[in-house]
Amino acid sequence: MKLKQLAIFLGTLLAIPLLMLRNVNGMKSMKEKIKLVVIGNGPVGHNFLEYLVESGESDNYQVTVFGEEPLPAYDRVHLTSWFKNQSVDDINMVSEGFYPSNNFTLHSGDKVTQIDRFKRVITSDAGLEVSYDKIILATGSVPFVPPVPGHDRDNVFVYRTIEDLEKITAAAKTGKVGAVIGGGLLGLEAAKALMDLDLKTHVIEFAPRLMAVQIDDGGGKMLSRKIQDLGVSVHTQKNTQNIGDGETAFHKMSFADGQELETDIIVFSAGIRPRDELARQAGLGMGARGGVVINNNCLTSDNDIYAIGEVALWDNKIYGLIAPGNTMAKAAVDHLTGTGSSEFAGADMSTKLKLMGVDVASIGDAHATTPNSRSYTYVNDREEVYKKIVVSEDDKHLLGAVLIGDAAEYGSLLQFMLNKMELPSEPEGLILPSLDGSSSGIGVDALPDSAVLCSCMNVSKADVINAVEAGASDMAAIKSCTKAATGCGGCTALVTQVLNCELEKQGVEVNTNLCEHFSYTRQDLYNIIRVEKIKSFEELLENHGSGLGCDICKPTTANILASCWNDHVLDNKLQGLQDTNDYFMGNMQKDGTYSVVPRVPGGEITPEKLIVLGEVAKKYDLYTKITGGQRVDLFGARSEQLPDIWRELVDAGFETGHAYGKSLRTVKSCVGSTWCRYGVQDSMALSILLENRYKGLRSPHKLKMAVSGCTRECAEAQSKDVGIIATENGWNMYVCGNGGMKPRHADLFASDLNDVDLIKYIDRFYMFYVRTADRLQRTSVWMDNMEGGLEYLKSVIIEDKLGLAAELEQEMSAVVDTYQCEWKTTIEDPEKMKRFGHFVNSKLHDENVIFTTEREQIRPALTSERTSETA
Amino acid sequence: MTTAHQQWFDICNIDDILPSMGRCALFNELQVAIFRVIDQSGQEKFYAIDNFCPFSQSNTLSRGLTGSITDKIVVASPIYKQHFELSTGLCLEDDSVSVKTYPVRLNGCTIQLAA
Repeated sequence: MKLKQLAIFLGTLLAIPLLMLRNVNGMKSMKEKIKLVVIGNGPVGHNFLEYLVESGESDNYQVTVFGEEPLPAYDRVHLTSWFKNQSVDDINMVSEGFYPSNNFTLHSGDKVTQIDRFKRVITSDAGLEVSYDKIILATGSVPFVPPVPGHDRDNVFVYRTIEDLEKITAAAKTGKVGAVIGGGLLGLEAAKALMDLDLKTHVIEFAPRLMAVQIDDGGGKMLSRKIQDLGVSVHTQKNTQNIGDGETAFHKMSFADGQELETDIIVFSAGIRPRDELARQAGLGMGARGGVVINNNCLTSDNDIYAIGEVALWDNKIYGLIAPGNTMAKAAVDHLTGTGSSEFAGADMSTKLKLMGVDVASIGDAHATTPNSRSYTYVNDREEVYKKIVVSEDDKHLLGAVLIGDAAEYGSLLQFMLNKMELPSEPEGLILPSLDGSSSGIGVDALPDSAVLCSCMNVSKADVINAVEAGASDMAAIKSCTKAATGCGGCTALVTQVLNCELEKQGVEVNTNLCEHFSYTRQDLYNIIRVEKIKSFEELLENHGSGLGCDICKPTTANILASCWNDHVLDNKLQGLQDTNDYFMGNMQKDGTYSVVPRVPGGEITPEKLIVLGEVAKKYDLYTKITGGQRVDLFGARSEQLPDIWRELVDAGFETGHAYGKSLRTVKSCVGSTWCRYGVQDSMALSILLENRYKGLRSPHKLKMAVSGCTRECAEAQSKDVGIIATENGWNMYVCGNGGMKPRHADLFASDLNDVDLIKYIDRFYMFYVRTADRLQRTSVWMDNMEGGLEYLKSVIIEDKLGLAAELEQEMSAVVDTYQCEWKTTIEDPEKMKRFGHFVNSKLHDENVIFTTEREQIRPALTSERTSETA
Repeated sequence: MTTAHQQWFDICNIDDILPSMGRCALFNELQVAIFRVIDQSGQEKFYAIDNFCPFSQSNTLSRGLTGSITDKIVVASPIYKQHFELSTGLCLEDDSVSVKTYPVRLNGCTIQLAA
């Protein structure tokens, strides 16, 4: 992974001079560009650049970016996910080519050491001097390490950068116990990371409860309980006074109350301090306790210098969350370019997150400090849920809330508060579980258009409405055009409600029924068929549907029956349900002929078999083409020729390739370690194994796979439903990639797997997809529409959150065990062979199928060519 | 509609066409798609229309899936999925398009077409 990053980085460096050269001529006639220096390449600094590009003004600026860290901007909020996979790709924020394509010059691994406001020049650590017209200061913050004796010992860390994480990971290899000093939000994130490194983990908090700033006593107790359940020891009201040599571990921590704790690793997470030394040295206006003072436009005391993010002090407050930082970045772009009028006017610090799998949310006045406010609390010790709302004296308005263990109401409660909406009478109903199962949330229709639904990406209800009006009709489309719900994902449920409400208003019936014959989704039908052990369409229609069925529900049912029971496609009770492609086991082309695609597992083929393909193609005069999936496609076979063609192919050892089915197509491969000097694993063997395992699996849509033998990724695995890339230690598994109309890079799902775990996860993943996806929904859209997305999918497949894993594996093994080559079975059955003739009462063939020759092969004749032939 | 003057021609045995499916017959040098459908009341019905799909300009309608759309019994073109009502030949998606229908019946175990 490092190599890849380095490659991108070098690519960036190389691309810059070239692009600059290219621009020299163009620039002569253009007005002088404004020299803009962005200091800091963290998430907020990067988002500033994204906003600048969006404003359409970036061409007027000559932008130079400095980042102290060796990597371009990454998403610090999700640092813990780095721990799981050790992959920067998971949290990288910069799309490939972003800097060079916008002509931004990026200096990673070089920090700015001085701003000379008189000469208007900055100086970097590496000795670069860059003159500026405007500066964006986005230097962020540093973790605060209290001056406890021993804080500078070995194996004492902070938790902020990937480098910190690398050091912690290295130290964890020899340690057994880890302690985090600080039980705030970041502290608990760090504790999760230590747990993931298999350390016995302790959290040490000075205050009487965890997350003291965001949640109240009752919530803190519930949170402690839940976290202790997970195996983390929580110690509150502990004041660390000394860190010295331990007896059973590397350190001994001594607390003010006389107690001691031995641990091998210590991570400080005791708050942040603005990274303001550069501003201080430059003489900008500072707060008494640090931070660069800014106004609503994010301007500092120098009209040419803006400050944004955690270094900035607004109204004497530092905002340590990503959302306010982004709002500042936008305000700074608006003011700098004059393209907008947004300002930073403070930010709501409400927050919802998942800490170690525990939902935690805090809204507004969580501590009920507003005079005369009223509180309502719901505590459920069995489910370990704590909910509190704080409302105004007259019960009319929500002031704050704390939710632990279940934060489902977060979205609607937040909207009540932000939009000052009037609460229903008896507001406690908002957090009480409803006995009839109905939800007593907000009516999304009542939300004003200005309501911000997604605070991470600053997406308002109006933005979502506009997207719906422009044609977006599902969550995947909303995500791609508004970016809503692509940050923390906390707003997914709310955005979905707004989407459905708007669709309904537009008269688009939000009807998830499969078709007019079944008032069920595909997923419902799948469950019905499984549970009731239904084996035929007639049975399903009689008990659960109406009418005769149609070209939607018949093939869908056939597909589900195949996923469940795996009977032959031309089984008497099934054949009438099959689309022509499945019925003729070929892909119908525009002239009614079919294409023939034998399976070539992994793309590996002997010369003898290749010759057979050539001979068959020649004998039946078939147009021959190599496919993108590393096999051979033979076009122009008339239906009555198919049995003869397949008899020859089957005799030569070929099997059907299922190119016609909603099923596994191919497992593309590279040649791997057997031949390639770069390969680190045997990708050929794996791809053949996988193709043979999953061939014949019927699924909601076609499935594609690939296996690459090293990170060079020659098999393009990241564009597949399941892609595997070899590592030194095993296999990295990627999921939900897609080529086609809407390309999508696959997401890293799990790293360094051995063969057994890899196959286990793929089994579960595919069966879960088969079970829950809509008809014709590719895995990419399936996941994008899934609440919780990738993380949820991991929790189901890897952590077995739903307790389904064994069942899914069993279902897959049933499919694998009942595999048959559909063509082989067919040609052995004379009854079935009779049905391929074009005419039921004649051996003649369809005279309308006419070919002409192009590049020495046949192709269907055009209408004009047909007339000239008949004339 | 069956009239007294019609002369019926044997095409195939009933078993040559599977329930709810179609087959193409060569009839007076024409390609006719014959369908065997069990209707909503459980009665077996036979329909015959042109095999030629006007949208794809190919002889493929006999290879489409049959079914019902509201109360109409239809076949879906296997290429571009337009629906044709089997009793009238009308295209549901485009009322300017239709295919010809032919008289068809079951006589004993034999399916017959008439000119």
